[in-house]
Amino acid sequence: MQLRLEPRAVTSSAMQYASPLIAAGMTVIAGVLLFGALGTDPISALYMFFIRPLTSVYGVSEWLLKATPLLLCALGLMVGFRANVWNIGAEGQLTFGAICGGGVALAFWGNEGVWTLPLMLVAGALGGMAWGAIPAFLKNHFNANEILTSLMLTYVAVQVLGYLVHGPWRSPEGFNFPETRMFGDAAQLTPLVDGTRLHSGIFIALLALAAVWIFLSKSFLGFKVSVAGQAPAAAAYAGFSRKGIVWLSLLLSGALAGLAGIIEVAGTIQQLQSVISPGYGFAAIIVAFLGRLHPFGILMASLLMSLMYLGGESLQMNLNLPLAVTGVFQGLLLFFVLGSDVLIRYRVRLVRDDERKAGA
Amino acid sequence: MDGLDSAVAILAGAIRAGTPLVFAALGELVTEKSGVLNLGVEGMMLIGAVAGFITTVATGDPYLGILAAMIAGAALSLVFGFLSLTLLTNQVATGLALTIFGIGLSAFLGINYVGTPINGLKPLAIPLLSDIPVLGPVLFTHDVLIYASFFLIATVSILLYRTRAGLILRAVGESHAAAHAIGYPVVLIRYLAVMFGGACAGLAGAYLSLVYTPQWAENMTAGRGWIALALVVFATWQPGRVMAGAYLFGGITIMGLHVQALGFEISSHLVATLPYLATIVVLAVISRDATKIRLNAPASLGTPFHPAA
Repeated sequence: MQLRLEPRAVTSSAMQYASPLIAAGMTVIAGVLLFGALGTDPISALYMFFIRPLTSVYGVSEWLLKATPLLLCALGLMVGFRANVWNIGAEGQLTFGAICGGGVALAFWGNEGVWTLPLMLVAGALGGMAWGAIPAFLKNHFNANEILTSLMLTYVAVQVLGYLVHGPWRSPEGFNFPETRMFGDAAQLTPLVDGTRLHSGIFIALLALAAVWIFLSKSFLGFKVSVAGQAPAAAAYAGFSRKGIVWLSLLLSGALAGLAGIIEVAGTIQQLQSVISPGYGFAAIIVAFLGRLHPFGILMASLLMSLMYLGGESLQMNLNLPLAVTGVFQGLLLFFVLGSDVLIRYRVRLVRDDERKAGA
Repeated sequence: MDGLDSAVAILAGAIRAGTPLVFAALGELVTEKSGVLNLGVEGMMLIGAVAGFITTVATGDPYLGILAAMIAGAALSLVFGFLSLTLLTNQVATGLALTIFGIGLSAFLGINYVGTPINGLKPLAIPLLSDIPVLGPVLFTHDVLIYASFFLIATVSILLYRTRAGLILRAVGESHAAAHAIGYPVVLIRYLAVMFGGACAGLAGAYLSLVYTPQWAENMTAGRGWIALALVVFATWQPGRVMAGAYLFGGITIMGLHVQALGFEISSHLVATLPYLATIVVLAVISRDATKIRLNAPASLGTPFHPAA
């Protein structure tokens, strides 16, 4: 028996929609096997992972809270991925955005006004954009691979944050903990519902979703991005600037990731700490693919990914399983997403040995 | 004499710090020579590191740990191979997935081993050779794995450029269509190259968790897998230059520590950015000559191969 892939004459539109569902289903099956192997009752583990977190108002608010940075980062990455620009440093751009926006909050600490929060958001977006501009510049003028440079810059940003919160920005009242002062009230995104942490960041993310969707589907520049990815030769023939696409992709994804970073620290954490993200920038890569590089797909995918973060915490609290389960599931999910996508372009057939010989 | 002693210490330290990069980058070089770009080096290193560590704790034998690390790295690379070579998925995305999965799985497997002490591999001075002034202590007072890395560089160079097998491997990487037309099993050869890369990455991970800092910590590779990927470009796909580049980066890594030891007040966080910044700078300088990169990179690097297409 042999697995054989036969190219389809036209890509299967049914599979376009089915493949993310197949991938999610296979992840659940893998989860059952994994929990079984760990000696945990798979049904109760799956319940704790996927259902339990959403059975309370607080749980639902946390779900939307964690989906916010994932959605923002993935929206930006999607634009680049569509054009084959591989920014995988969203985590670094998120971190640097948080540093810049948080810096504003600290600089005006005690003198805040209504202008502080908008200024922080702008500073965060610009900071992320600046961090994304470095790989774009190096790609366009030095031909340096953006995958490697954007990732290296992630490590740099995380270390810079560590330096700041351990050193010059450390809170004078913080008993030497590596964290800054709590931001002033006017420098915080306050909770929408009492007793939860959910803040208006989710609306900013939804606005960004609408903006990116309009940009991609209605603007000529958005069209160029898609052509650049799907038919590079046609894009070159039409005179679309490759360098322009690289700049656009990295500046936009950097800005959105930076916005995610400042929203996270202004809303959820309300200060800078040495760790401000449990890998949202990396998980956003999975979100972008799971959402099939489409804005609304990405909305769904960011909700699923957010649930996986909550599910991991729920398993840790209720079944005493390590938090790292989330990372395992994230990786598996991306494997299954990529594997299922093959069904869009190919028909899979099992070929028996005698049939193979006859054909050969 | 004091200056000479510290120079010797720095050089020997650079070799130690560079050795995991040598292993990982050599493995990736062979993989890329076959035309496959596997961005999962970081994930395979972590799996190797944790597998080697757990095996060593369980058996007390670091050599079994090294073996387990290589097997684990190769096994994980097979996942990448199945997806990208059999199911023809995008290699960039699949490699990223492998890294994300490797980070998660290694953290999961290693959860009970954080802080467990082990007896790492001990240095083994080579008699006579280690007595040579300067060169002796720099090159011949290390652990077995470093000697193995010298041997591996030589072997890979010879295999790639002086044997028929190496010629076939490079042919597959330059033009899979032509190699297929002549009758070479393109996919099988690529699977083998991917597994070699996986085993080497696993070995690199084991070096970190069994020798360099004999312990397990989540994410302990700290981006070395990505630096190894940059090194392959830096070396313009030539094994000898991989070694030079790896030791250069090893030197940069430990340089910060030496500067701190001399009494300079520098934040350890800022010192820790040095290898990453150096990677960016070096990558930009080397890549600037686009023609040189194009001439040296395997021509079908990163492109999927489907015999019927």
